[in-house]
Amino acid sequence: MKLKKIIEILDAVVLDETRDIDMEINWACATDLMSEVLYYSQKDSILLTGLAKSQAVRTAEIADISVVAFTRGKEPDAETIELAKKKNIVILITPMSLYLASGKLYAEGLECSPVTKD
Amino acid sequence: MKKEGFFNIVGGDFSRSGEASTQLKQILHSMGINNDTIRRASISTFEAEMNVIIYTPAGMLKYEIDDDIIKIIVQDMGPGIEDIDLAMKEGYSTAPDWVREMGWGAGMGLPNMKKNSDEFKIDSVPGEGTTVEMIIYPKKGRE
Repeated sequence: MKLKKIIEILDAVVLDETRDIDMEINWACATDLMSEVLYYSQKDSILLTGLAKSQAVRTAEIADISVVAFTRGKEPDAETIELAKKKNIVILITPMSLYLASGKLYAEGLECSPVTKD
Repeated sequence: MKKEGFFNIVGGDFSRSGEASTQLKQILHSMGINNDTIRRASISTFEAEMNVIIYTPAGMLKYEIDDDIIKIIVQDMGPGIEDIDLAMKEGYSTAPDWVREMGWGAGMGLPNMKKNSDEFKIDSVPGEGTTVEMIIYPKKGRE
């Protein structure tokens, strides 16, 4: 699914408007637990989380995730925004809850990140 | 081409958490290592780095990278782990609330390191510290 479509579905704001929103996102991972992101996510995923902190951006970078959506309209602090810019990670802010955002994307066909084998 | 080195990790320093792992990731990229291998090595290293930051006053991350092997050793001066079998169980955690509020402490750290390594060894002495050794054999090719 194109990031452009995800932005529409989530009614989201893109923090840095210069970013490419044509990129393809294959999977989604929704959690506030960063180890779960590292354990269960795949690259080319979007991370949906209520944890609007630099930890989410760090984790995304390590896991090769290029888009992070903060739910319930949570705005990250300046340090988090700066880090995302430096690490080339797109930040979205959606007014939706984690549950609603996940449900809407799933209903439109964006699937859960498959788990890699041990 | 062989590369080795180390990073110091300061406990409690959340503002720089992940820096050592990020730098190691860049080194692996610069050496032309396969992307999936880099992801596995980065995840293992990041979890180990976070454990040092969360639970210990200080530690060190040492790496040795060659074409056919990546070896990462993370050693800390923390409280040590009383029961390693229990600590290896998914979901078991001794993290305090403030750590959970930062998105950590889900009890997945050690299982995640093991999952993403080809060889995983942990050695811990209560009161002295913990050493984790992870070996990853790179896949061939870039992707």
